[in-house]
Amino acid sequence: MSHDIKTIEHDVIVIGAGGAGLRAAIECSAHGLDTAVVCKSLLGKAHTVMAEGGMAAALRNADNRDNWAVHFRDTMRGSKFLGVYRMAELHAKQAPERVKELEDWGAVFDRTKDGLINQRNFGGHRFPRLAHVGDRTGLELIRTLQDHGIHQGFEVYMECKAVKLIKDGDAVAGVLCLWKDSGRFMLLKAKAIILATGGAGKMWRVTSNSWEYTGDGAAMAYDAGAELMDIEFVQFHPTGMVWPPSVRGTLVTEGVRGEGGHLRNSEGKRFMFNYVPERFASETADTEEEAAKWLAGDKEARRPPELLTRDVVARAIYNEVKAGRGSPHGGAFLDIASNRPAEYIKKKLPSMYHQFKELAELDITTTPMEVGPTTHYFMGGIRVDPDSQQATTVKGLFACGECAAGLHGANRLGGNSLSDLIVFGKLAGDGAAAYAKGLGTAPSISDDQVTDAVRHVTAPLNRETGENPFQLHDELCEIMGEHVGIYRTEDGLGAGLEKLVGWREKIKNAKAHASSQYNAGWHEALDLESMAVVSQAVAMAAKERKESRGGHSRADHEVEDYDHWGNINIILKKGDDDEMVLSHYQREAPDPFLEKIAKATVEELDAMTASGEVEI
Amino acid sequence: MASSPETLPGGHIIGLGETRRKDNWWASPIMTVVYIGAALAYGTWAAFQGDHYQAGPYLTPLYSPTTLADPAAIGGAGGGYGHVWFGNFPSWWPSFIPASPALLILPLPGFLRLTCYYYRKAYYRSFMGTPPGCSVEGVLKGQYGGETKLFLWQNFHRYALYLALIYNVILFYDAGISFFYKGSFGVGVGSIILLVNASLLASYSFGCHSFRHLFGGRLDCFTCDSPSKAQHSTWKFATWFNERHMQVAWISLGFVMFTDIYIRSVSHGIIPDLNTWGANMSAAARPAAAALGL
Amino acid sequence: MAKRTFKIWRGNAEGGEFVTYETDITEGMVVLDAIHQIQSESANDLAVRWNCKAGKCGSCSMEINGKPKLSCMTRMNSMPATGEIVIQPMKAFPVVKDLVCDVSYNYERNKMIPPFSPRPREADGTHRMVQDDVDRIQEFRKCLECFLCMDVCHVHRDHGKQKEFSGPRWMIRLASLEMHPLDIVDRIPLIKKEHGSGYCNITRCCTEVCPEHINITDNGIIPLKERVVDRFYDPIAMLMRKVFGPRKPHKKLPVIND
Repeated sequence: MSHDIKTIEHDVIVIGAGGAGLRAAIECSAHGLDTAVVCKSLLGKAHTVMAEGGMAAALRNADNRDNWAVHFRDTMRGSKFLGVYRMAELHAKQAPERVKELEDWGAVFDRTKDGLINQRNFGGHRFPRLAHVGDRTGLELIRTLQDHGIHQGFEVYMECKAVKLIKDGDAVAGVLCLWKDSGRFMLLKAKAIILATGGAGKMWRVTSNSWEYTGDGAAMAYDAGAELMDIEFVQFHPTGMVWPPSVRGTLVTEGVRGEGGHLRNSEGKRFMFNYVPERFASETADTEEEAAKWLAGDKEARRPPELLTRDVVARAIYNEVKAGRGSPHGGAFLDIASNRPAEYIKKKLPSMYHQFKELAELDITTTPMEVGPTTHYFMGGIRVDPDSQQATTVKGLFACGECAAGLHGANRLGGNSLSDLIVFGKLAGDGAAAYAKGLGTAPSISDDQVTDAVRHVTAPLNRETGENPFQLHDELCEIMGEHVGIYRTEDGLGAGLEKLVGWREKIKNAKAHASSQYNAGWHEALDLESMAVVSQAVAMAAKERKESRGGHSRADHEVEDYDHWGNINIILKKGDDDEMVLSHYQREAPDPFLEKIAKATVEELDAMTASGEVEI
Repeated sequence: MASSPETLPGGHIIGLGETRRKDNWWASPIMTVVYIGAALAYGTWAAFQGDHYQAGPYLTPLYSPTTLADPAAIGGAGGGYGHVWFGNFPSWWPSFIPASPALLILPLPGFLRLTCYYYRKAYYRSFMGTPPGCSVEGVLKGQYGGETKLFLWQNFHRYALYLALIYNVILFYDAGISFFYKGSFGVGVGSIILLVNASLLASYSFGCHSFRHLFGGRLDCFTCDSPSKAQHSTWKFATWFNERHMQVAWISLGFVMFTDIYIRSVSHGIIPDLNTWGANMSAAARPAAAALGL
Repeated sequence: MAKRTFKIWRGNAEGGEFVTYETDITEGMVVLDAIHQIQSESANDLAVRWNCKAGKCGSCSMEINGKPKLSCMTRMNSMPATGEIVIQPMKAFPVVKDLVCDVSYNYERNKMIPPFSPRPREADGTHRMVQDDVDRIQEFRKCLECFLCMDVCHVHRDHGKQKEFSGPRWMIRLASLEMHPLDIVDRIPLIKKEHGSGYCNITRCCTEVCPEHINITDNGIIPLKERVVDRFYDPIAMLMRKVFGPRKPHKKLPVIND
């Protein structure tokens, strides 16, 4: 019974302690709210630490031609015009101040010669824009927020899994949590809840994601009646390690290409020159000479094709391997050794050097790496209001970071995720604070919801026999890899959805052995339930979207269809009978001024800036 | 089981020297004990000899600077050989202590090495067992006070450094004059050894943690004005040596002993010194200072 | 490769024992892969903390054949070719279950450290620092908080002086603040007293186990000890301060060469 469960009341609960969650909690505390953070891992271990290359913000330190409008345009083009214009605008405008604020809180970025925050090049960004610390920018971000956050007065409940959102009518009222170490439950009551739970990349075997990435936030929000949007857009990062097998998928930062790395196939050709999309042709170098000039700092030269957006590069590597021009272990060669001196590589890419040295026994300062696509990021997620980050259909529920949809549309630019975290983390904090302060009475919680949830969650422990949750997870990876991978087809997705139905039946019978104390099998069984929701959503949405756009590639519908699908976001929501309901959201016409910037050519945008039409 | 060792939750065994390590962790502390022990034993023996510390223009570093000399010592300073700062040992010098100039000077480098941030690691581990090895159970359980009480004097390392820097200059002076024998310039194996020895000991001082701190490390901003920029340069210079401090500590310690052995052997006439002067540097080739009436 | 035998400690704060498992080892595997395989095959409830499996988060700290290590960065082919592999939780922290320890001590200790407090931004809204000045602290900021240094530090491990001495991780954090060109807080008295810098006898096991190869002792703790000497033990330095007044840092901005 719920009265046996320890209950604690706060104004705001933040679920997730990555960059977005911590930034949101800091903001809520700044608004004077009693705030708590719940996280599945220890504080400071969230997936944000794995971000490597940097955070994008038009600080104009490395190239003063940059400004918010250029960043905004890059983001919208990268999103294949499916991003939410307002979110891309907020992001581009606010990111610089958010980054500078980190410096006030103790972040130590690499410096320019002038002593300012240094910025590096990245795919899809017209100018060097990524504030970075070698190749461990995520660690710097999370440590900065953590060390600042612990003095802001909010509670942190670590190794505590949020299992269910509890509602009062159409608003959230709290969240039921499970302590990992003791196996006990805790009920947190709150006026507002911010989800910052990240993505769900653990549904694939070849992934750059950690065990935490099981889509808990999306699944809990869906369960509470929120809408999931753009969930078919899963980013396959072009460069994951491909060998040895046990680390297949581990990320190789885009910073390698940003610092001048070339991609070559087994014939030694820089194949990316053959994969330049028409829309990017005028902004991309067409000869190796021009690309080399660009790397040497020639401002007139155009960018090398290795720095095209991630969806393009990932598909190119996939196709090279498929055409028999792959590396020995089925990837492409990524070569930085022949372009940069060893000392430079060790200084700018220390953790890549370390990672390959320790895990693959390979020295990247002398030998090319072998890389291939790896599941990396969910562009889609919980649909939110662009300004407040409140979920569209659940009051008091907010979402930010990877678990929220909107900013990245069909494809995310590298470096836009870390800035996403701090920009929308703060806005979600503001939104939740405004909501909580405006709320008359605190919502109440009915015992029934809690009792039902506890019974459901403890079921795997109480079964006499059942399926091994680890093997069930493996089966899911098998299904997703085969049917919902980088290239998708109608038939494949149909078959995948069929298999998922059977798989969901099996997980109802997942069995966790032994006691509830720090039981890995039990937690795995619970994570499977989150993945059940998200896997179904991805497959359904992917089957519905009959075009190729960004992270969603359909072998049977290879073109981008701007007339129809370009105006539609796919929405998934729980129906009245608990079935998953899919609908089309007809995008409204964007703000004309923003649309003009997003669709302008480079020359047109420069003219708009020069004339003062775009204020910087 | 009665025979199984006492363990903590986590399976760690309790008891001195207990560990689950499977490598030969004890090899390194044993080598340290042997090496430092041998150096200490030889150094003490040599210091108590009081003679044969000078061969021709070569003065062993263990006896430099020669503050007081015993004119009766064979192969000693005086009589135009080397430098003697304050003349002969006084008449009241107790007879049970050898009139050896080394005894007056060796405590200084001894204190430098005793308080050295590298040697501290070596002897805390090897001689004191706090801890004997990484993740190996040590001694003094619970009573350990680190350098807060009994070892507070470690904090005076920098004063030993100040004196050592002077000592380094003297050793270079010794090395310099060893290239001049009876007024003419030349080179002998002994002079080269003395030069290498002085360089190694200087490298040891430059890598000193206190040196690195005092000449730059204490600043928070290396680039804020010209003096701090200059200190940044010395800090970087010291850092280069500091990264090699352990190696230099080992090599220089051994080389000092080697230098003494060499000069002592030449003085005893056990080995000849090859030199451009073609001179025999053994003590037999020259009388003690006292025999010359000095 | 073939089957290998693992002796994994199973239990909780009340006690436990080593349990022997066998599993197949294939090319390129790390110890954490083997543990996961065992967990999946025959010990579903085996508690092991991990996150990124790429040496970036510092979660999977444990003792492998008696040595504190990140299990995700310890390749199976770095193990002795034969014999069983002994896996234990860290010793310097209380065991929660199996290979998982209660590391909450670290979070309490971090809270004791006054946060970063910069001088005001410059007129153009920026902070200016030169790369030469931040190189030193960037080394310390590589720390993953894996707490292997805390585990191997004999002041905690053998002597239980957790109260008196904060341990290497927190010395490094203090060093990163103390040497920060922008920070204006004086933490030297705190470093000596509350954090107990004198307890470190610089035996360097922390440096040996650091997976990020941070030179904890030589670049972090010893410079802090030297700064403590400046303040509390060096009579000449103390006299100079009496005569000339304390050094006022941070009054100046870096000199940028064009």
